[in-house]
Amino acid sequence: MCISIGVFNMTDFMSRLLRQPHGVVGLILLVVLAIEVILGPALAPYDPETFHYSSRLVGPTPEFLLGTDQFGRDILSRLLWGARTTVLLSLFATLIGAGIGGAIGILSGYLGGRIDEVIMRLVDALMAIPSLLFALLIITVLGPSGTNAVVAIGIAFSPGMARIARSVTLSVRTSDYVAAAVARGESPLWIMSREIAPNMLAPVIIEATIRVAFAIMLLATLSFLGLGSQPPAPEWGLMISEARAFMFRNAWTIVWPGLSIAMVAITFNLLGDALRDALNPKND
Amino acid sequence: MSLQYIFKRLLYLIITALVVSALVFGITQILPANAATMLLGEYATADALVALEQKLGLDQPAYVQYWRWISGLLQGDLGTSLRSGLPVADTVFQALGRSLLLAAFALIAVVIIAIPLGVIAAVRRGKAADFGVSMISYIGISLPEFVLATLLLVWLTAPDIALFPASGYVPITENFTKGLWHIALPVITLAIVLTAHVMRMVRSEMADALHADYVLAARLRGLSTTTVLIRHALRNSMLPTITVLALDVGYLIGGIIVVEEIFAFPGIGRLLIVSIQERDLPMIQAGALVMAFTYALSNLLADLAYVYLDRRIQYD
Repeated sequence: MCISIGVFNMTDFMSRLLRQPHGVVGLILLVVLAIEVILGPALAPYDPETFHYSSRLVGPTPEFLLGTDQFGRDILSRLLWGARTTVLLSLFATLIGAGIGGAIGILSGYLGGRIDEVIMRLVDALMAIPSLLFALLIITVLGPSGTNAVVAIGIAFSPGMARIARSVTLSVRTSDYVAAAVARGESPLWIMSREIAPNMLAPVIIEATIRVAFAIMLLATLSFLGLGSQPPAPEWGLMISEARAFMFRNAWTIVWPGLSIAMVAITFNLLGDALRDALNPKND
Repeated sequence: MSLQYIFKRLLYLIITALVVSALVFGITQILPANAATMLLGEYATADALVALEQKLGLDQPAYVQYWRWISGLLQGDLGTSLRSGLPVADTVFQALGRSLLLAAFALIAVVIIAIPLGVIAAVRRGKAADFGVSMISYIGISLPEFVLATLLLVWLTAPDIALFPASGYVPITENFTKGLWHIALPVITLAIVLTAHVMRMVRSEMADALHADYVLAARLRGLSTTTVLIRHALRNSMLPTITVLALDVGYLIGGIIVVEEIFAFPGIGRLLIVSIQERDLPMIQAGALVMAFTYALSNLLADLAYVYLDRRIQYD
């Protein structure tokens, strides 16, 4: 079976992806993660917010497979419930970044001239702000919460996405099919969304995949700093922040959420690298 | 390298600083509570608020306030902290100095560790050493600084081991060994994360360089492997590495914010977090601006170094 989307061949793409060891490992980890996100709450042995007073800060036991935290909450259950929040919010933040950045990049590249020059100077200036600092500034305005952290990360990612979208736009703007669309009298909006935007799929997906790994780390960092998700949410960064005062009594309270964050980030880093190699025409 | 190019880049740097300053200023303007409310607290009377707003010039239009802030900034006056009442400039630059020391130590450690490891991985491509380096770098780029820092705390500062102090700061000018001992954990955390980034870059650049014709030519001339590696391949793969190091200053700044907060290191990152929590507006403005400017400046210096080192590139 061969599914083709335009010039994009799905079967060929998968075989390229699976030809690389990091692609295989990344895909396996992605499947595990998807199971965790979809079935997490169903797989959790306990309610994530139930206090088990008699067994606080215990290490891994048959009863609590990964141990319990300072309130006697089951760490495994909290991680499984938290997977949904952590992963979906990171995907969402990346989507916001790709959406805003993509739109700005296409517009800037399509309009060209002075407007393009001004927009790109602004984008360059914004890129001079490190992502975490940018997100911190936005949260200063919006106030600390999980949703605001997602918006902040999305906005912080958009300048980088805008650069990529613009360079793709510049490379196809002079192509025959864009000229044909202009000659047919199509509206600029139609040309930008139907003729130019589809070319962006490959580069934006590669960038977005690597960005998801960043988003997860940034989101957890913001929660850790008390500027993202608020207690008692089972967010992984927040779990580490809350357990810090008890870390010498049960180090597992730090180790498991830390490991979970790292595993998700590794998944998307491996996939991002594999996608870049698979979609890179140089590797034919 | 033409003077014109340096001039153009300096102009861009100024544009960047202006955009960032406008952004930072804009953000503090949108905030629901202004400086007067923060100074007097939420139970202040309306009369007292109006009086203080007039005194601070908050009743004037935003552009007047921005202009006053910028002209003060150019004269080295960044205002007064709303919390401590001390001049912002003194506090910020003192904190920046400590952070730069932290960054310098971390960067030195990275250059010493990451470059040799990257070279080894590239030379032994596909072998166990390469696999090991790749694994370590994947883990390193996937572990947020706060997780790594907290794990190091659990491991190295546990009461029964107490290899390092868990927090605090001693100036190395005051007590050299004690200073180093206090700065060690923050530096180790930053160095591990950065090493992962830089190592990956050195490996891939070096791997490309080893396949280049000039390396083959050098080998055919009968030069020793070490000479070929160091004099030819490494030298050329250093160029992109400089760019990556400069880009990594962005990560380093993010890392510094987190690491300083965790280890209670009184640098600019911790100053910013505390100011955000206390809503100390002049401090947030100055801290954010100084950090963004440092990053932009390091990118500019990297570009200039790149052009200087690689005479083939001519920018105009």
